[in-house]
Amino acid sequence: MRETERPASSDRHPLFIPLILVGGLVFGFGLGYSHMARPEVVLDFLQFEDLGLLFVMFGGAVVSGLGFFVGPKLFDRAPLTGDHYERRLKSFDRNVLVGGAVFGVGWGLSGICPGAAYASLGVGNVTILWAIAGMFLGAYAQGRWRSRSTATSSATAGAD
Amino acid sequence: MTDLVPLQLAADLFPNGISRYAVGGLLVGLGAAIIYLGTGIAAGASTFLESTLSYVSGQSRFQRYVASRDWRVVFTVGIVLGGAVYAVLFQAGAWTTDVQPWRLLVGGVFVGVGTRVGKGCTSGHGVCGVGSASKTSIVGVVTFLTVAIVTAQLVSELGVSP
Repeated sequence: MRETERPASSDRHPLFIPLILVGGLVFGFGLGYSHMARPEVVLDFLQFEDLGLLFVMFGGAVVSGLGFFVGPKLFDRAPLTGDHYERRLKSFDRNVLVGGAVFGVGWGLSGICPGAAYASLGVGNVTILWAIAGMFLGAYAQGRWRSRSTATSSATAGAD
Repeated sequence: MTDLVPLQLAADLFPNGISRYAVGGLLVGLGAAIIYLGTGIAAGASTFLESTLSYVSGQSRFQRYVASRDWRVVFTVGIVLGGAVYAVLFQAGAWTTDVQPWRLLVGGVFVGVGTRVGKGCTSGHGVCGVGSASKTSIVGVVTFLTVAIVTAQLVSELGVSP
């Protein structure tokens, strides 16, 4: 997996962690500004009462797509890790559909997804800790179950 | 008179306008692009759940994320702080949701399972994956968006609000 190929924290570039923090800050500020950090706004979108959220996902994908396009043209390798630029491509299998459907039930019921939940905590929404606790519970349950099943069969592809 | 129809339609579909959504979305993409340009990492928000569990659980499924778990905590702290900066600048004090806790908790469990089994969430698939023109991510987004729309409308029909 790519994750395990990364250099140990001791020989990381000194700007690696600061850059991650800045990226997260901009990302979280955007989630706050877009109001996607508010479950009510997501639920309004899913109930077709305000379609504005389309612009959040579309706008986000356009800018990140620009990054994916420009990165390899600007540098040979990423300056802070020396890694090659790769697009985010995951293998397709039944899990994408099953997991996507389960995620959809949760998103439609709660109006919250992981990134928006963290940003929601930032805007002062302590009630969202219920959702974050639920996400950890769910991630733990599937991890336990899949750790057991991969111990018997061979390992499956990674997730992001 | 006829050119008022599209205006009325836009007001119905976008009662809060589009600028806050478009600007916010561009910034979300910019945050992901900053990290990608500097490090080559296409960061998603949901891996944090499993990578953080590796601090407390020895399960092989979580231990595979040991190498990235520290910076994923930093990424998440950044997202929380970014939301806080927004709140300080544009929000009069803290904002809290009226969505009922049981919906958040139960929905959260489904999100936690689904995002990890499905290989990504709204940021991993929706922003980075779609930005990569990944067919897997596009199928993932269409799947979770469709199911979420059906779920939200069903729950609303059952009279659950908020």
